Amino acid sequence: MRTALVERPIDPAQLLAEVAADGSGATSLFLGTVRDVNDGRAVTGIEYSAYARMAEAELHRIAGEAVERFATDRIAVEHRLGELGLGEVSVAIAVSHARRAPALEASRFIIEELKRRVPIWKREHYADGTREWVDPTAPARSTTGAGR
Amino acid sequence: MLVRVLLFASYADALGAESIGLELQPPARVRDVLAEVKRRAGPTVPPSPLVAVNAEYADLDRLVEASDEVAIIPPVAGG
Repeated sequence: MRTALVERPIDPAQLLAEVAADGSGATSLFLGTVRDVNDGRAVTGIEYSAYARMAEAELHRIAGEAVERFATDRIAVEHRLGELGLGEVSVAIAVSHARRAPALEASRFIIEELKRRVPIWKREHYADGTREWVDPTAPARSTTGAGR
Repeated sequence: MLVRVLLFASYADALGAESIGLELQPPARVRDVLAEVKRRAGPTVPPSPLVAVNAEYADLDRLVEASDEVAIIPPVAGG
């Protein structure tokens, strides 16, 4: 099991190679990427920052919980900090396991706990030149617009 | 006692600093630190941040000592 905050591009192939093992029958790879629109506003990039000491510790705790819960230690997680452009990978989670269900469930567990607990923040840069810290607990700005 | 408080994201912007020193009368609790930081930050910041003491989430009732590293944690948005 390995977790890290990084300030360089994430290489998903490297995470996959890390978790590979002869005993693996299933490997899941989750990637979070920078999207071009959020809450109805055109996004041009995202800047990620963290309380690094605590974020590293919390990420490590979450992966440790996944090891216990899903009975595999073939887990690799990286979260990137700094300025990212559209389509770039902000987080990657690779899990391999003998069976597919725990490989998928462990990945889901890690990303949901990461979003809930790890002290990382993102500031979105918008097409109109403004920038704002994202607050997932704030009510959505857009009240119209289907499918959101 | 002087307590060092780390600030991030919207709180760092509102206070114009990544950390501040707060002079508190012991016994001081996490809620006292939070109340003072919120008073200084004004109304634009998320109203209910969490607080960490020595890099772990802490209850509002926890006592704070001068040697503690206290951090204000506005709503997190990783991923």
